[in-house]
Amino acid sequence: MTAPTDLRYTRDHEWVRVDGDEATVGITQYAADQLGDIVFVELPDTGRDLDEAKPFGVVESVKAVSDLFAPVSGEVTAVNDALAADPELVNSDPYGAGWMLKLKIADAGQLDDLLDGEAYDELIAAG
Amino acid sequence: MTDAAVKSQVIHDTPLADRHAALGARMIEFSGWRMPVQYTSILEEHRAVRERVGLFDLSHMGELLVEGPEAGPALAGAVVTDPPALAVGRAHYSMICAPDGGIIDDLIVYRLAEDRFMVVANAGNAQVVSDTLAERLEGAKAVLDDQSFATGLVAIQGPRSVEALKPLTDVDLDALRYYAIADGTVAGFPAQVARTGYTGEDGFEVFVETRRVAELWDALLGAVRAADGLPVGLGARDTLRLEAGMPLYGNELDRSTNPFDAGLGRVVKLDKPGDFVGRAALEKVAAEGAKKRLVGLTMEGRGIARHDYPVHAGERRTGVVTSGTQSPTLGVPIAMAYVAPTDGEVGTTLDVEIRDTRVPARVVPMPFYRRST
Repeated sequence: MTAPTDLRYTRDHEWVRVDGDEATVGITQYAADQLGDIVFVELPDTGRDLDEAKPFGVVESVKAVSDLFAPVSGEVTAVNDALAADPELVNSDPYGAGWMLKLKIADAGQLDDLLDGEAYDELIAAG
Repeated sequence: MTDAAVKSQVIHDTPLADRHAALGARMIEFSGWRMPVQYTSILEEHRAVRERVGLFDLSHMGELLVEGPEAGPALAGAVVTDPPALAVGRAHYSMICAPDGGIIDDLIVYRLAEDRFMVVANAGNAQVVSDTLAERLEGAKAVLDDQSFATGLVAIQGPRSVEALKPLTDVDLDALRYYAIADGTVAGFPAQVARTGYTGEDGFEVFVETRRVAELWDALLGAVRAADGLPVGLGARDTLRLEAGMPLYGNELDRSTNPFDAGLGRVVKLDKPGDFVGRAALEKVAAEGAKKRLVGLTMEGRGIARHDYPVHAGERRTGVVTSGTQSPTLGVPIAMAYVAPTDGEVGTTLDVEIRDTRVPARVVPMPFYRRST
């Protein structure tokens, strides 16, 4: 399993796709596989301001509850409403249809704290 | 730290550890054992058992033989049921309680012969049940023989379990009633086959010598696969039992809970002859009523109730969730919770506190799922 090289990653297994001042956020394939069958995703409302590294939502598998952490600070501009009915999209397509939310990036400097694909793969390999 | 606490920190491998590894199972520690939590997907394994058939490794469970001319009456003094009332070859659900009525463990008691019983205890309680039973049998013409490590246990559960097991056994499965046990062979090995389980489906539990269990597993897994079934881990075992409304020790049952709290007062045979440990305390509860009530909940708002989440009735805290999950069969979040007796009527709306938000839930009858027969 190799993390896509066009994304950036947190050590908490979220990914970020940067497009100008907008960031799309989800969880990695590794995180989805570790959680197992995802049955519930709780996301914030649009308009809410998220703080870097603070919890913004929850993803639940059959057995476990896991917090989601904001990769960077910013205002939520969109959430993936499809996950309410089909949370399993996070398992089947974590980098695509399983995206979670979009943020208007408040401080682009925070992007420098994130890992690139290679560094994230090393993090996973190190266990 | 007590000796028991030290002992409990030893983590045991099941005799099927290499089978689980070969199947790519994800292993977890459970009650002092390294056990498979899932092989592929909890949801797929759950559905396999509901719709077809699944195979479980239950070698962690405790098997305690009680034998001797006074085995029946001695057991009757030790547990809340009346084992001497069992016919040979039959079984019942039972509990062993402390003098104050608190549940030490829930059990299945099988009568194997006139003067021989098998008590099956939960893995996490097997040692304490073994010690407690031995103590309570003292002075009676009965001995306790803890066969937990010498016995392997595999369960085959689901609507196709008869079809899958039949070609491998000389036990007459069609004649074997629910909660009955028979001697025979399975895959050529001497075994005891019981029509019991913890899934809400028809199925069997097969007891064999530990040294035979790996080959038995291989044979049964072949039959289960041929019936389009799967090996099933503890993850789906938990969702299956929860849908079936069956309690789990450590969640719904513990030392601070008595059988009446858990809605299992009917298990306690207050009318059996002779005294038994916990009788006085349990008679008092039966007369005065339980102080809490186990209920089934389905969530009406968004969110999944989980173990330990608080439950409120209006502004008043009424209890706590003991088990909760997204029901794979029903497609809605379900939970069990202890609430104040007056808040437990079916149809009552309560709130479950999920991450600081109160989410409405409705009290519903249990089980959540009942198989069509």
